[in-house]
Amino acid sequence: MKRVQFEHSAVPYLFIAPQILIISIFFLWPAAQALYQSFLLEDAFGLSSQFVWFRNFEDVLSSSSWTRSAIFTVVFSVLVSVLSIAISLFLAVRADEVIRGAKTYKTLLMWGYAIAPPVAGLLGNMMFNPLMGDLYKAFNSFGFEFNHIQNANDAAFVVILIAVWKQVSVNFIFFLSGLQGIPKSVQEAATLDCKSPERRFWTITFPLLAPTTFFLLVINLTYAFFETFGIIDVSTKGAPGGSTATLVYKVYVDGFLGADMGGSAAQSVLLMIMVSVLTVFQFRFIERKVHY
Amino acid sequence: MYQSKWRIFTNHTILVLGALFMILPVWIAFASSTHTREYVFQNGLQFWPGGEFFSNYGAILFDAEATKGRVTALEMLFNSMVLGLGFAIGKVIISMMAAYAIVYFRFKLAVPLFWIIFSTLLLPLEVRIVPSYEVVADLGLLNSYTGLILPLIASATGTFFFRQFYRSVPDELLEAARLDGAGPIRFFIDILVPLSVTMIAAIFIIMFVVGWNQYLWPLLMTTDDQLYTIVIGIKQVYNSLYEGGQIPQFPKAFALTIMATIPPVLVVVIFQRMFVKGLVETEK
Repeated sequence: MKRVQFEHSAVPYLFIAPQILIISIFFLWPAAQALYQSFLLEDAFGLSSQFVWFRNFEDVLSSSSWTRSAIFTVVFSVLVSVLSIAISLFLAVRADEVIRGAKTYKTLLMWGYAIAPPVAGLLGNMMFNPLMGDLYKAFNSFGFEFNHIQNANDAAFVVILIAVWKQVSVNFIFFLSGLQGIPKSVQEAATLDCKSPERRFWTITFPLLAPTTFFLLVINLTYAFFETFGIIDVSTKGAPGGSTATLVYKVYVDGFLGADMGGSAAQSVLLMIMVSVLTVFQFRFIERKVHY
Repeated sequence: MYQSKWRIFTNHTILVLGALFMILPVWIAFASSTHTREYVFQNGLQFWPGGEFFSNYGAILFDAEATKGRVTALEMLFNSMVLGLGFAIGKVIISMMAAYAIVYFRFKLAVPLFWIIFSTLLLPLEVRIVPSYEVVADLGLLNSYTGLILPLIASATGTFFFRQFYRSVPDELLEAARLDGAGPIRFFIDILVPLSVTMIAAIFIIMFVVGWNQYLWPLLMTTDDQLYTIVIGIKQVYNSLYEGGQIPQFPKAFALTIMATIPPVLVVVIFQRMFVKGLVETEK
């Protein structure tokens, strides 16, 4: 905090009021409701409800569809994060070395940030459209029996590919700025000591980028958890049979389309707990990074 | 720095492949959007543009029939613009003010209020959509710009960014301003806001893109076609692709997709330096 501060009774409240007001109405109130609803069981017509303690949670945790969705979410998130981080790191290292056309490459690789997830979903969907999709035809002409409409693994492949494609540019931006932050003197010293670019990367550059990588891992996991909703809703819609539905997509399907308020609220609360853990983790890491 | 010929060659090859990986899907969508629907239906996705650019995009922009609803793409673009700008402006103003109170004042409720703001980071809108929807419905805000924008602003990312920035502003500025007799509101408007101009611009650009690309919340909020943003319009057109036993209208679906993508991409490319600076510095 600041050494010098204003001592004023009313002004700070005036300044902070708009944010607190919006947060109270559109954040605290709904969050409290989610918590409350997660302990309620509504009858089929939504007319009456009774307090059932943790029954909704027990139902959710013991249902095979939730467990399957949770497993898919974890596998999906890890694969999307690792793949998109690896691809963008690879590209960023090359983009950092290149002298001619550096700016053009940078622009060509970073503009994807602006693509909306459902747009990415629609593009992927068309590429894999059995009627005319180029990728669908290509895979099948190579002899794979590719069918993402019926095969759960193929469907997962499609969703992962789209999610990775959409996320490469964000990671690229962070890695490139991380690489450009490494002092020239360090790079030159490394070149003198070690001729092989590959070894130089693993012994010097990669350790120096470790904080960026770790930070991006958290960002990417959050992205795979939440922001892929638009991708899934326009590509597979969780099909076949809910095998590509992430937990967030399932909250939406159960709560809005299935009108199971208590169950959906319990799922929300479980998600809140997971995100809280992830966020606390991220903040501890950032605090540490600030000190060093 | 020394680089071998081979290394230079592979660098360019890899970067060109990377750029193609990013661009090709969008290019194919664009090329396919400039053919007739019969042609695309029979021949699949197209790599080279055809001759239907003006008729397809014209129909989408001005004829509500082509977008399968009661609104044209032009109206959807307007709604997206309102959402993007409203979200960005609202977020910048509200978080600048809140961060000012937190950093520059000593007041009783500072700590609990800070934790309330912090807690919003724990629960993204996606996690609490069902109750949020109910609250907005109770307030009678469904199908309104207010109901569309305000709940999205209820998060602390902007506040944390400005808090970080204010803390890097030298204390001497405040001391000098106080010696000259400036009060807290004067200091904020005359000194702090002008100092933050580049930061405001950077965060504004990011927030505009984030707002423009919103999907889940507008999807739930807007049951009335009149408020569809272009990103929501894509889903509507996509859902009705196979309706009515007609030849699917792929080119127009692609045209809508391209039109939804152009504005945010232009913003990011034109203000690239500011955008990258904002992104890299906020998320740290």
